[in-house]
Amino acid sequence: MLRSAVRRQKGHPVRLTSLKHKVSTVCMIVLVCCTVFAAASEFQDRMAAVGPGEFHSVIPEGEKNEVIDVPGFLLDRRPVTNREFLDFSDDNPQWQRSNAFRLFVDASYLSHWLTATELGPNVAEDQPVIHVSWFAATAYCEALGARLPRWYEWEYAAAADATRADARDDPLWRQQILNWYATPGSKPLSFVGQRTANFYGVHDLHGLVWEWVDDYNALLVSDDNREQGGADKIKFCGAGAISMERKEDYAVLMRVAMLSSLEAAYTTRNLGFRCAADILEGTQ
Amino acid sequence: MKNRKLSSSAAIGVVLCLSFSLISCDTPSRNNTNLAQERILMETGGSAAGDFGPPVGEPIIATLTSAPDVPPPIDRNTPAKLIVNLEVRELEMPISEGVMYTFWTFGGTVPGSFIRVRQGDTIEFHLANHPSSKMPHNIDLHAVTGSGGGASSSFTAPGHESQFTFKALNQGLFVYHCATAPVGMHIANGMYGLILVEPPEGLPPVDREYYVMQGEFYTVGKYREKGHQEFDMQKAIEENATYVLFNGSEGALVGDNALRANVGDTIRLFVGNGGPNLVSSFHVIGEIFDKVFTEGGTHYQENVQTTLVPAGGSAITEFRVEVPGTLVIVDHSIFRAFNKGALGMIKVDGPENLAVYTGKEVDSVYLGDKVKDLTAVAEVATAYSTTGEVTIAQQIAAGEVLFAGTCSVCHQLDGSGLATVFPPLAGADFFLADTTRAIDIALNGLMGPVTVNGQSYDSVMPPMSQLNDDEIANILTYSLNSWGNDGGRVTREDVAERRASTERPPGAAH
Repeated sequence: MLRSAVRRQKGHPVRLTSLKHKVSTVCMIVLVCCTVFAAASEFQDRMAAVGPGEFHSVIPEGEKNEVIDVPGFLLDRRPVTNREFLDFSDDNPQWQRSNAFRLFVDASYLSHWLTATELGPNVAEDQPVIHVSWFAATAYCEALGARLPRWYEWEYAAAADATRADARDDPLWRQQILNWYATPGSKPLSFVGQRTANFYGVHDLHGLVWEWVDDYNALLVSDDNREQGGADKIKFCGAGAISMERKEDYAVLMRVAMLSSLEAAYTTRNLGFRCAADILEGTQ
Repeated sequence: MKNRKLSSSAAIGVVLCLSFSLISCDTPSRNNTNLAQERILMETGGSAAGDFGPPVGEPIIATLTSAPDVPPPIDRNTPAKLIVNLEVRELEMPISEGVMYTFWTFGGTVPGSFIRVRQGDTIEFHLANHPSSKMPHNIDLHAVTGSGGGASSSFTAPGHESQFTFKALNQGLFVYHCATAPVGMHIANGMYGLILVEPPEGLPPVDREYYVMQGEFYTVGKYREKGHQEFDMQKAIEENATYVLFNGSEGALVGDNALRANVGDTIRLFVGNGGPNLVSSFHVIGEIFDKVFTEGGTHYQENVQTTLVPAGGSAITEFRVEVPGTLVIVDHSIFRAFNKGALGMIKVDGPENLAVYTGKEVDSVYLGDKVKDLTAVAEVATAYSTTGEVTIAQQIAAGEVLFAGTCSVCHQLDGSGLATVFPPLAGADFFLADTTRAIDIALNGLMGPVTVNGQSYDSVMPPMSQLNDDEIANILTYSLNSWGNDGGRVTREDVAERRASTERPPGAAH
């Protein structure tokens, strides 16, 4: 039931708004609303403030060259680690490998850990957690009183380099992303936070793992990326990326392509996540 | 509309008449292939005539092979259900000696696994994307009739698998490739291969079949710059290739990896071009294609020197090899062959056939712009005849002229050779270490692997025993004193001694 609901979302153009899934119970939502106020200062340890601002996304929301407004938000400085996720699953055994509901995770969920409750000798606590599904990542963030970042938020934060909020015109910025793509995915992952923080104080947006975003299934890259025209303008053709705003930003496009290949229960070896939160009036 | 129909049926009539008249002229030995011959002249009917009904019998797991190997011909008279399991791997592998590149592959190799099916077969296609992959991938097979050639049904995240089924309605040799955005980058990283859809009666038997696929690569570093090289999108957009390669690496078809054949063999090359950008001027030095099924289609052209293979296209070439030697596969857009790596080899073993080809004959008339003033050569000869003495300077001057005429075709005028194909003489440890051995090689030729300056070579140098003792002495003395080599001298007496003490290999002159 739930899965088919997600599939339906994937098959239809949905604006890039936060998609509330039925994963969280109503009860949970109420709880989240209560904890956001309480947790805002707590987030300042783990999260950095990004925005507000406006920018041209690689995926226009509507008309070409449309400027996207990004309200200010908080974003985890680092991807969530194995240690952090283990603590979460210890506290929430329903998200342990052996217990997780199969509609929410696929067969390789947390498969790199030795057991459901131990990382084992080959997995470091400070490596980013991988093999997590969208459902699991969402549950983790909700347990904090946070949420997954939305694509525009992620893209906006990731446009920065160490000194500039928007470094996307710099070929070096792009080449660094591509260099990661050219590194075979079978190599061990480095620890989180090893790379220089970006303009906002956020680490590892590029060069470590793919990351889930809340609205990944609204990105709507066609399964065959060369399709063009048709009813849905947001779909784009791969060769020319016709409706991509910045065709040369194929490095970002490849992240979109990756995310759009996923179902919410999928887990893969190079896919992790980090959390985000709204900046509430009076707390910043 | 009516006229068009009339004229097309008239055309078919002409074709039919032509085929009958040809068949009636056929010699008995060609009757075996009458069916195939007839089909070649007639229309196949295209996809409308390609459905032979539902699959018969149990599903068959398709045999896949890595280049240059081709799966065995299909021995079936009925359509089957064929299961193809293809796995995508992202792997770091050498693109040239000492140069690593992260390839994205179908089946762990570039080009991807060769798939062989029969027209009318139903193919259940499983595309698995290895868990260690970073990228999602899909596959567009040009042999598929349907949306995206399968691409829209096979978009697969890392660690997952997709399945779709199609019926191969058109016969021919088709390219497949990844069509995930950015398509050009996925292809530029090696995601292409060939699928052969055999006609229902099969292809006429040949002695050898090989799989050769061209593709070009765009790296941040220069050609042969050592270490790990990354993909360069700007060069790809500008179509400024760093490497143009057969079978995915510079060494894929040379040295020990050269294709093999024997004199008298008929060779069929399944040639593909993955691109992503360049059109290939496919040529085999030293052969003429008896047949080329242009663009991988049904009808052939005969007696072709060079055939165009489009990016995302193919050709089938067939030729019989008549004499031993090394045939060199090139993209005859020739800077790609000698400066970007588009070189391969076919080594043909067997007895010489001097009536067809005599081997190297020195004839200054043919040497064109490489003919230098022969005065120096005459001077040495005169010196010998009058005084019995020559100076080393005279020898070097004469040797330079002779070297340009005889040796520079392979070893190059500057003695640098052609890396991996023809060894250098300039600064070459193998050459400089042993002058006596150098004389022997000039006299007797050299076949089999040698290591020169750490690089392995496995080519054939024919015997140069048609040169007299003076000429070999002068060439070697010139080589020892040129291009930074540190000197030395070979005299006519040295050569005469080696010539007298060495048994001539069969077929060598003198």
